[in-house]
Amino acid sequence: MGTTELARPTTTLLRLATAGSVDDGKSTLVGRLLHDSKSVLSDQLAAVERVSQAKGLGHVDLALLTDGLRAEREQGITIDVAYRYFATPARTFILADCPGHVQYTRNTVTGSSTADVLVLLVDARKGVLEQTRRHLAVAALLRVPTVVVAVNKIDLVGYAEEPYTAIADQLAAIAADIGISDVRTLPVSALAGDNVVTRSERTSWYDGPSLLELLEELPAATEASEGFRFPVQLTLRPQEAARDPRHVEYRGYAGRITAGTVRPGDAVVVLPEGVHTHVAGIDYAGEELAEAVAGQSVALRLTDEVDVTRGELISSVADAPLPVTELDAMVCWLAERPLLPGARVLLKHGTRTVQARVGEIVAGLDLDEMAPVEVERLALNDIGRVRIRLANPVMAEDYTRSRRGGSFLLIDPQTQGTLAAGMIRGHEVFGNDFDPSQDWSI
Amino acid sequence: MRAAPVNHLEQLEAEAIHIIREAVAELERPVLLFSGGKDSVVLLHLAQKAFWPGPVPFPLLHVDTGHNFPEVLDYRDAVADRLGLRLLVAKVQDYIDDGRLLERPDGTRNPLQTQPLLDAIAEYRFDAVFGGGRRDEEKARAKERVVSLRDEFGQWDPRNQRPELWDLYNPRHRPGEHVRVFPISNWTELDVWHYIAEEQIELPSLYYAHDRDVFDRDGMWLAVGPYSRPADDDLVRTLQVRYRTVGDMSCTGAVESDAGDVQAVLAEVAATRITERGATRADDRMTEAAMEDRKKEGYF
Repeated sequence: MGTTELARPTTTLLRLATAGSVDDGKSTLVGRLLHDSKSVLSDQLAAVERVSQAKGLGHVDLALLTDGLRAEREQGITIDVAYRYFATPARTFILADCPGHVQYTRNTVTGSSTADVLVLLVDARKGVLEQTRRHLAVAALLRVPTVVVAVNKIDLVGYAEEPYTAIADQLAAIAADIGISDVRTLPVSALAGDNVVTRSERTSWYDGPSLLELLEELPAATEASEGFRFPVQLTLRPQEAARDPRHVEYRGYAGRITAGTVRPGDAVVVLPEGVHTHVAGIDYAGEELAEAVAGQSVALRLTDEVDVTRGELISSVADAPLPVTELDAMVCWLAERPLLPGARVLLKHGTRTVQARVGEIVAGLDLDEMAPVEVERLALNDIGRVRIRLANPVMAEDYTRSRRGGSFLLIDPQTQGTLAAGMIRGHEVFGNDFDPSQDWSI
Repeated sequence: MRAAPVNHLEQLEAEAIHIIREAVAELERPVLLFSGGKDSVVLLHLAQKAFWPGPVPFPLLHVDTGHNFPEVLDYRDAVADRLGLRLLVAKVQDYIDDGRLLERPDGTRNPLQTQPLLDAIAEYRFDAVFGGGRRDEEKARAKERVVSLRDEFGQWDPRNQRPELWDLYNPRHRPGEHVRVFPISNWTELDVWHYIAEEQIELPSLYYAHDRDVFDRDGMWLAVGPYSRPADDDLVRTLQVRYRTVGDMSCTGAVESDAGDVQAVLAEVAATRITERGATRADDRMTEAAMEDRKKEGYF
């Protein structure tokens, strides 16, 4: 980008998802976070005050800040994932606010898929509920790196330490059980504002950070995968249409780096064909880059005249993924029409869409027990393990190592709607280095 | 050569470029809604970056209410001309002239844009319609997907949206349907201004402080002009103002400001306590769900 007299923003971006059960005060917490971090502007607050008064409420209902649709306000519930934005001097936050009761799996899966951090609410009076366990299970399945559990309504248990500690211990045990490595808990009152933005004196037995302080400190997600991955979106070949006659011969491959780092001169392989070549240059809208990293949208030039098209993957050589035509995967079924064995679908992995056929439904996943159950079909919001055969190969990676390289969509070839979120498992594809003891799922 | 990033603005830019390229790669006939407003200007800038060194591979479409600021229309035409892009203009005035639409009693034409927009989409068979909508603008927009399906009547069904997972977008649709694509969904007003400053993007002059004859209408400063006439008891004054949003003159208010350049605007936006729509858009003040209702019918 160009240089200006203005200091360029140096804040990092953290993506959050929130989840909770009915009436645990999640919308109030989000409202409080926005309000106390001064991300709510006065006209928004005035509107909320007006509506709270009209409803005869004794307090300003901060939940009204986030419930945006007519039906939500009429029914007093949150229907769909809403996105909120707030910032502190240290960090910019994108918050996916996921409703707790209507289609909770679909919404939590959606919110968790992009989240660096899941903020889960538990009511201090009720403790860990079945739904809390399910939310944790979904976070584990989707590999959200960090889960923060806000034990809310601590004011309603007299700011006592005892119930909080019991809940925190129970959560730690569940998290260890289902394979979430990083769980933090803290006591809050969304309604009164304790420990949301500033630390509360009323919980003097708690010496940790406030929720916002914690969110400012947590690391953004990084992929364990070191290898370079670049799914090609488009070939840029302007020919006579080039804005500058010097670029008539230009041929570059546009995409967003999903993992690793690339520099000019790097040896790469183009998959699935397996053609070996080198990176000649990295272009970013007219600037040549010395290096590009995961997250950047760039164009690559290659040293050889290879014909690369959308859906192919430019990868580092040593750890290149194998093109496969059979997948063993976990899917979250997100459509009204159930999944039956034999279903013909489209599968989108990276920038590649192929025809696919679901073979066996190996098992369903009981989220309460985190155990497999025998099923004949997967209905809306069900999670299960399936085997999928592909008409053309995809460059599959293990989801537990790479969220981007291991995720896919199933798409209905007739309605074109999204049917399922899929996560590729290791066993068959990745051979011996897959560790079944880490394979907590089914 | 420059080093690797990545601060939050660079991440938002990379995300937007990715989204623009995905929609163009997967669909047949994209178009970009271009009004000359700052969000559409940023969007077009991102599209230029996405396809460098080639041209932006789609035309621009403007739904002209007939009540636009003349300096914005001049800017719009100059940009299309400079980039060599085809500019299509769907005119609300044509619809009023031949009776397909009726002028509203309150004189605002923003809600009247929906039909010309949908007709243009149908006529040119556009299947991917890029818009500069941002989720921080408004509560109903906060619920919208980046890639958002419209049925054959152009309607948005907020209760039955496709789940949007990871960064795997699904812009596929059945014949007659189309998708709206919002690559800067995750940007805030402040992000947009930071980006305009960093990239030194030129905007229509009315985004910066200037003297203008205005009158008070429901707590907003409306410009005195052919489409927004003061009533007999309205007091007209000359104030130093600027616009935070650019739209129909009859319902877009100015704010008092001495911010004459992008740095000053940035400082002002960072310190403001009122949302841009709350400050400047009469049409969103009609009801709590005004935007949701318009969007369901096919509005931007």
